[in-house]
Parts: sequence; C-alpha cells; structure tokens
Amino acid sequence: MATGYFPGCSLEGTAAEFDMSIRCLAQALDLELREIDDWNCCGASAAHQTNHLLGLALPARTIALAAAQGLEEIFAPCAACSNRLIAAQAEWLGDAGVRAEVERAIDMALPAAPVPVRNCIDFLLPHIEKIKTAVTRPLAGKKVACYYGCLLVRPPKVLAFDDPENPTSMETVAAATGAEPVAWGFRTECCGAAFAMSSTASVERLCERILVNAKAEGAHMVIVACPLCHANLDMRQPKGMALPVLYLTQLVGLAVGVAPKALGLKKHITPVAAAIA
Amino acid sequence: MSAHHDAPHEKTFAEDLAAKTGIDVRKCYQCGKCTAGCPMVPDMDYTPSQIMRLVQIGNRDAALGSTTIWFCASCFTCSTRCPQEVKIAEVMDALRERALREKKSHPKARKILAFLKSFLGSVRRTGRLHEVGMVMEYKTRARDFFSDVLLAPAMFLRGKLKLLSKSVKDRQAVARIFERTAGRK
Amino acid sequence: MARIGVFICWCGENIGRTVDCPKVAAEAGGFPGVVHAVDYKYMCSDPGQGMIKDAIKEKKLTGVVVAACSPRMHEPTFRRACAEAGLNPFLCEMANIREHCSWVHEEKGDATAKAVQLVRVMVEKVKRNEALFPIKVPVTKRALVIGGGIAGIQAALDIANGGQKVVLVEKEPSIGGHMAQLSETFPTLDCSQCILTPRMVEVAAHPNITLHTYAEVESVSGFIGNFDVKIRLKARSVDIKKCTGCGLCAQKCPQKKIPSEFDEGLGMRTAIYTPFAQAVPNKPVIDRAHCTKFLTGKCGVCQKVCPVGAVDYAQEDTFVEEKIGAIVVATGYRLYDFRNGEKDYGIEGYGEYGYGQYKDVIDGLQFERLASASGPTGGAILRPSDGKAPETVVFIKCVGSRDCAKGLSYCSKICCMYIAKHAMLYKHKVHHGTAYVFYMDIRAGGKNYDEFVRRAIEEDGAVYIRGRVSRIYTRGDKLIVAGADTLLGGAAGGRVEIEADMVVLATAMRPQYGIEALAQKLSIGYDEYGFLTEAHPKLRPVETNTAGIFLAGACQGVKDIPEAVGQASGAAAKVLGLFSSDQLEREPIVARVNQSQCVGCFYCEQVCPYHAIEREEKRDKAGNLIARVAKVNAGLCQGCGACVATCRSNSIDLDGFSEEQVFSEIGGLR
Repeated sequence: MATGYFPGCSLEGTAAEFDMSIRCLAQALDLELREIDDWNCCGASAAHQTNHLLGLALPARTIALAAAQGLEEIFAPCAACSNRLIAAQAEWLGDAGVRAEVERAIDMALPAAPVPVRNCIDFLLPHIEKIKTAVTRPLAGKKVACYYGCLLVRPPKVLAFDDPENPTSMETVAAATGAEPVAWGFRTECCGAAFAMSSTASVERLCERILVNAKAEGAHMVIVACPLCHANLDMRQPKGMALPVLYLTQLVGLAVGVAPKALGLKKHITPVAAAIA
Repeated sequence: MSAHHDAPHEKTFAEDLAAKTGIDVRKCYQCGKCTAGCPMVPDMDYTPSQIMRLVQIGNRDAALGSTTIWFCASCFTCSTRCPQEVKIAEVMDALRERALREKKSHPKARKILAFLKSFLGSVRRTGRLHEVGMVMEYKTRARDFFSDVLLAPAMFLRGKLKLLSKSVKDRQAVARIFERTAGRK
Repeated sequence: MARIGVFICWCGENIGRTVDCPKVAAEAGGFPGVVHAVDYKYMCSDPGQGMIKDAIKEKKLTGVVVAACSPRMHEPTFRRACAEAGLNPFLCEMANIREHCSWVHEEKGDATAKAVQLVRVMVEKVKRNEALFPIKVPVTKRALVIGGGIAGIQAALDIANGGQKVVLVEKEPSIGGHMAQLSETFPTLDCSQCILTPRMVEVAAHPNITLHTYAEVESVSGFIGNFDVKIRLKARSVDIKKCTGCGLCAQKCPQKKIPSEFDEGLGMRTAIYTPFAQAVPNKPVIDRAHCTKFLTGKCGVCQKVCPVGAVDYAQEDTFVEEKIGAIVVATGYRLYDFRNGEKDYGIEGYGEYGYGQYKDVIDGLQFERLASASGPTGGAILRPSDGKAPETVVFIKCVGSRDCAKGLSYCSKICCMYIAKHAMLYKHKVHHGTAYVFYMDIRAGGKNYDEFVRRAIEEDGAVYIRGRVSRIYTRGDKLIVAGADTLLGGAAGGRVEIEADMVVLATAMRPQYGIEALAQKLSIGYDEYGFLTEAHPKLRPVETNTAGIFLAGACQGVKDIPEAVGQASGAAAKVLGLFSSDQLEREPIVARVNQSQCVGCFYCEQVCPYHAIEREEKRDKAGNLIARVAKVNAGLCQGCGACVATCRSNSIDLDGFSEEQVFSEIGGLR
C-alpha cells in the first residue's frame, strides 16, 4: 500500500529534527515514504478557530492531491496535521452538503472513500515486531514519560485512536526499545499548544504542571509525538527542570542504532546527551 | 433587541447556533465538568460552563465579548468528557467566528488575534506556514517585540529558524481557497 | 338491527386540543346503525359513565363505542359501566383517539378526520360483536418470590403472614441482599443489620415459607393462578441437612485469598465459605471456580475436617418443580461498573476517574463495607491501599447516572442521601478529617431527608461543592481531584483541585445482571436500561402486563429501602387479593376451532406458545375413529391469534376478534 508522507509546516522549520528522525527511522526499518507532492498547510487550530470552512478546505486540498497521486493512506507525523485531516474528512463523509461546499472551495473532487490517516504512533505500531528485532542499543533502565497531549486522542469519537483517558499505544512503542514507561497523571493534559507566542505565561503554567509530574514519577525524559508539544515542553521549562523531551521517532531511532546527530538530538533547547548516555 | 437576553418571537441564540453547527447548547445542565477540566480557566473571564449558560439565556454580548472564546486552546477536554455530549470546544469555534464577523472581540484577545492573523496570513501567501515570517508579522501586529528575544538565538544556532520560506508550487490554488471561504459561515 | 351508541371523550385537553370532538360526535351520529352520539370532557368520570349507562337504558343500545384513550387505560372502566347498565361488557369497544391520534398529530383538521375514521371502524366492528362470558380458572394458592433482598423478604413475610404459602428463591448462598452489606441507614442511622437480620431469621423459620438459596428460576410456563415453575438448586457441595454450620471447614480451607463478594473485594474469603456471619441459612457453599479440589483434584481438607460428613464434592445441580399461583419479582439492583463500563450496553467506564486503577477510588457499597462493624476493617474508615485513615475524602455524585454520554440518563435517586450519610459517618469516625462532596443537585425529597442532608452540612461540616469532577490524577500517594465550583466563576476561578486520600464514587444503580433473561422467561417487559416495566406508571405500579406477575423493589426502578419495602407490601397485598378466592375470572378472548372444518394438520399446535392446543378424536356411533382434530384449552389460551394466522383450512377464529369483525373494521375505512 502506497503511503503518502505529509510532513507539515513545523517539520520544515522548528521541528526539523522530527522530520530527520522519521526519515532515518524509515530507512533503518525499510519503510517507504513518498512525500505528497505540493501539500499545503493543514491550517492547524488557527483555521478552524476562525473560519470553519477554511478549516475543512485546507486539509481537503492535501487529501485530494494525495488521492490524485494514487496514495492510499497518509502518514501525518504532526499531531495537529493528523487531527485536522481526520476531523475534516469525518465532516464531509457524514454530510453531502459539506462535501459539495468543500469541493467548491478547493475546486477539486474529494475521494469518495475515506483516506486513512496515520499519526506518528499509528505509523510505528504495525512495525512493532520489526522494531524489536532491529533494536541494537536497548534503552534498558531509561524511564520515559509518554506524553500524548490533546490532539492524538481527542475528540475520541472522531479520531477513534486509543483510549482518550488511558492511552497505551505510545507506551507499547516505547517499551519495544527496552525503555521503561512510567505511570503518570498528565499524559493527556494540554500543554497550551498554539498559545506559545500569544499567551506565553499560560504555556509556562501548563508545561510546568506536566513536567513536574513526569519528573516526580521518576521519568528521565518525556516522549512526544507532536511538534507543538515538543516546542512548548522543550523550550518552556521551569528553572532547574532540565528534563529532556524527545520525539518518539528519536527514541526508537536511538534504540535501532541511528547516530544521535542524525536524529537531530542536538537541536533541542533542553540538552539530551546526559539522559541518553 | 436586547443582546443580554433572547428576545421574544425571534430565534434564540441557542437555536441559531444549533441550526448552524448542529450542537444543541440547551442540553447543558451546568454540571461544570468542562470547567473542571479546562486548562485555560485561569486566563478566562467566564468559565466554559458560564459561556454555555450565556448562550442558553441569549446573552450574545457577554458571550461574544468574553476572553474565554479566545483563550480556549481547542484541547477538546471539555467535549470529550461532557456528560450531555455538548461539543463545547466546537461551540467556542462558532462563537469566535461570529465575534470576528461582528467585530466584538475582547481587547485582551489582541495578541491572540494577531497570532491567528499572522499564521493564516503566512499560509495564504505561500500555502505553508513560514514560522520566521509569521513571527515577524506577529510581533509587528501585536507590538510585542521583546518576548523570547533570548530564545531566538538559541533556536537559530540549532537550525530551527529557517529564514527562507518554502512554498507550494500552486500558490494560486491556496489563495483561491482563502478567497472562496472568506465570509462563509 | 344494531343500535350503537358512540361516546367521544375530550380527555380534558389531551384530545380536545387537537381533535374537534363535537364534530366527531356529529359525524358519528350519521353512521349506519348509530342511534346516539355525544361528546363530553371526561367520559371516564362518574357523570361520563352515567351518560353511557343512561343511554344504554333509554336508547336500548346493542353496542357501545367509547372514543377516548388507550383500552389499556380504561377499557375495564367502560366495560364495567356497560355491565352495570345490563349490557354484556364485550359489546363495548374503545376507539383510541388519544395515543393513536391527538398525541401524535398536530394539525386539528387532519386529526379530527382520523378520529372520525377510527370511530367508524370501531362502529363496524362492534356491530358484529357477540356477548362473551368470562372464563373461570382455578387458583393455586402458593406464591413464588424471586430474590431474597429486603424487597423479597418483605413480600414473602407479608404473604406468609397473610396465611398463604410462599416459595422464596435466592441465587446467592444467603438471603439478605445489599441491605445486609450496609452499615447504617438514612435518615435515622439505624444499624442496617440490626433491623434486617431478625427478618431473615423469620423467613427461615416461617412455616409458610419454603426457602431455596443458591437457586435460580430455570423455567416458567402457564398463566395467572396456574404457573408451573422449575427451580434449579445449584450444587452447594454441602449437604445442608447434615451441616450444623460449625464453620470448621472454612477455618481449615487453605484457599484464603479470594476477594469476598460480600465485602465488595475489600476483604478475603475462603473457597468453602458462608458469605457473612449472620447468613441465612448459616451453611457454607463451595465456590468451585476457586476450590483447589475442583481445580486440581488435590486437597479435600474440608471433607476431612467436617465432623458430620456434610461435604459432598459429587453433588450435582438438582431441580424442583412447583405449582404457583402468583409471582413476585424482587431481583434488586447492582452498581454500575465504573471500572469496565457496561460493555453489553456499549457503555464506557470512567477513564477520567482512572478505570478503577487507583486503589483508593472506591464505590458506595465499598464504603458501606468500610463503615460497617461487620466489615473487613471492623468499621474503621481505612483506605484500601495502605490501611491509613484518610484525612481528606472526596465524594463524587452522579457517576454513571445523569450521564447520557455513558448511556444512563436517569437519576439514581438514592445517592444524594447515602453520600450525605457517608460524609456523616466518616466525620463521626475521623473527627479531624474533611469530607468534600461534589454534587450537581441535592435531591432529598423524602420524609426527614432534606433535614438529614442539612445536618451533614451544618452539624457535621461536610463541604458541599456544586460541580462535577473532570479528572482524578495521582501525585505520590495522593489523589488529585480536579473539579469545578460552579457557584464561583469569573475572577474567583471556578476550578478547584483537592488533594485527597480517598475518593468515593456514587455510581449508578442498575438492575441486576441477567434481568433480561429472567424477564423473557416470565414474558414481562423491561425498559432500555433493563428495569422491569410496570403495568401503569401511576395507577398500577406493582403489576406487570402479564397477569399474576408482580414487581417489588429496585428491579422496577431505582428505589431506597422504604420505597422498596412499601412496594413489596403492595405486591404482597395484590397476591393475597388474588388468593382470596378459589377461582378467578379471565377475559374470554380465546381461540375457537370449527372442528367440522379442521383437517387435523396441527400446525396450530406447533406455533402455540402456551401449549393450549389439544388433540381430540372424533368417532362415529360405532366407535370408529373418523378424524383427529384440534381443540383449544380455554384455560391456557392467551388469545394471541398465532393459531388463527397459521390455520391452513381457516378453521380457527378468535372470540372478540373474529375474521368477520376484523375485515369489517378494515371495510369501514374511507
């Protein structure tokens, strides 16, 4: 099955290391990545918060392109992108009027059947056995706090991915590397997401709660699968916290023997080196 | 028409919202579970359940003029846990959209609006978000020049700030989407 | 020549608002055969019934059509009125212009036209009605009570004290039900065991009561006054006649780590066990799923130590069959499973409260066991994880209840009261502790109920917070409860976070597991939640739609103890009323076979759900067999009509619903 890769805007900028680690890992696990040609921004929360139709039309163009390019499913590593792609599709699949309106807005026909969209965890889950056999540098003794945030699991009826209150899929993937997921309380709490710039104090307040809880439960690092979560948790740490935040793909990459530099581990604001030594 | 209460013989605020979004705010029985789980309440003037109440009684001015609708993070915790299955986060979207149309947004939303406009402006121009460009535009719009000045060099050194923007090939197509969806409900 | 009277009821505004009743009466007056047609505000009232009686006498009516509500509601009323005026009651029919017309339509013109149609078809039918006479059937004066909780105990004692025989069936090893688990009861703080256990003993000792514990109803057939009930006596593995209840077996049983059902998993029991010290009968049972002897064949300690040789591993389930005249269902409730949800109903559990993964998040019955003198802590409030006395306890109401997202929209009614009681008991035992109660509304509408809740707040200092809880987190050994105080808001916030040592969830009341299967065995109805359906929500609350089967307690809907006991006594009164005569009258709506036409295929026998078809041999004068034909046993026939529809030779008709009557109804449509 041909999978279209939809990196999204962040992975071309502040989350470049997420993109690097995905490409390294895909190579290491021998998984094909075909970037969707001429994909555009999903609009993130900015679009749906201010213009409902725009929030549907921006993902629609990328989905229509993918379908036209013969891609049968989409891998969208950014949690916001995968969320928007799934939520937008759900709306027009359930309502012919919405579909017509969206098609008019993008001037393209939408595929009749839903195009499955995989988030970062969902992309790795089917290859869990492959990961286990590929592990050359097991991360035994590393306590990791898997952090889902909002957009991987909510709204649950639309996404239908894992349990919204007690998800386990990221732990499953992380455990395949030999790392030890810790039980903690703030796995699905919001980090403040898009308020990174416009309400920095809110983000700092929310990130502090999350990081303090992860550290208190003994975590050596926090694992994320969303560039927004990463940016906030990595850059907005309270003084003296120094809790590294890694992408799930970086964690798996390390375990299967990819070099830390190739995984972009040096790009983080909170240093990682000591935690992975 | 009073904007503090539903007027007789007119579609109520709640009915109006239900017609446009399919969400019936009258189902809310004010249990407060949305407020209890909302991470942004400290930044809001009304709690999420109070916004539902304002919609129920038809107080458009207070609902549309609140800081709440702008400080909602769209984290969907409220919608996920609502025992009455009211899609509260989605209601916030609808209220924001309406506040923008009616030009009623709260002054405290200035920076958030600046961010949203800068974000969408960047996407409109190139089809993709160019973070550096967006930040520059945001800082101008929000007149917020000094926040995070210490973070920027660190990010630049780590190669996180790309000065050149990447663009979609078919910029016209994206610009058209913005045109066609503008002002639509 | 038919002389039909038509009576149109307004039902106050119920019909009158949507149907133009005077117009319907005027039109009906012109139907062929109708000699009298009037309308009136309340036809079921005394003056209304008087109008019917007078018209029967004055106009010499041969049939009556009352156009009003559903016949379920008032057919007996109007038929009785006709009988009092000397008209055979089965010459009276109802046209339902309320449920079938005014309640489901809005446009007055169309609704009125439909009402005219409904009256016309009934006039056509009633012209062809024949006088019918009630069937008399004998009554077996022995009642079956299903369920040995407080409702079943009360019903059984009331019937038995009324001088009639009772068979009480309880599926657990002891009677007592949930009430035996409770610590104290609201609003008086009576000790639950102290008021219950004497009644349990009374049941066991009563000469009129046969008690079957560890037993279940296997099958039920027959009809009012004449049920045949098969009861499965599950293998106890203990000969209850030999056993003296000395308890040595349980003392010596090596398997000691089985979570006790009676203690709601907070205490442990052995594999051979008596559920609690005051059990009735006070005889043990072997839990074969956990017994080493049954699992591996090794052990056998209990048999060795039993001084009277009562332990019998080879015992098998046995059956008893009972002739029963009336049945009282009192199967009670269970609590909503917040840990796993209700998968059969497609209901999720409470992930936001940890799916029960936090040991110190417990439900209301678990708190009862902690507070009970007979409980695993001897009545001390100690939290399950580490046995410490919790200094802060948070009570959360409406968990599962009033939550349509979890599929249960109803209010469980008892929680407001028992949570107030819990907060009180907690404060009485942990004086320095704080009890927080998250509530949406306080529903305390009972005698001395609201005063009780106020006492918990004003005298015992429970802190009531109006709002729901969104999430429970853990921080170290503390539970962080994130809730809302909706009475605050704006600048004051409205979000509250409480660091608690223990959380008690007031989970919803649900009907017992297996209620649907039992209802199907009994041919009685149940609602979307599994609660058994009463015959009328206001006027027949203890009867079911199946004659001779009555309801008591929480199987019918959420109830507290006083209500359950009240309904049980009501059901007992109904049973005693039924048993007050030797025979009872049944509606004569039964099938009749035209034997000269019957070809003896007996398809009817195969489809009859009531086994009412018999085979009869026809012989000539010389005694030679001419034919075998079908015959209906009028005592068993319930008038369902399955045989009529199946009959190939068109030889069966239903009294009161003959083909001629039904076709003339259809013919009456315009």
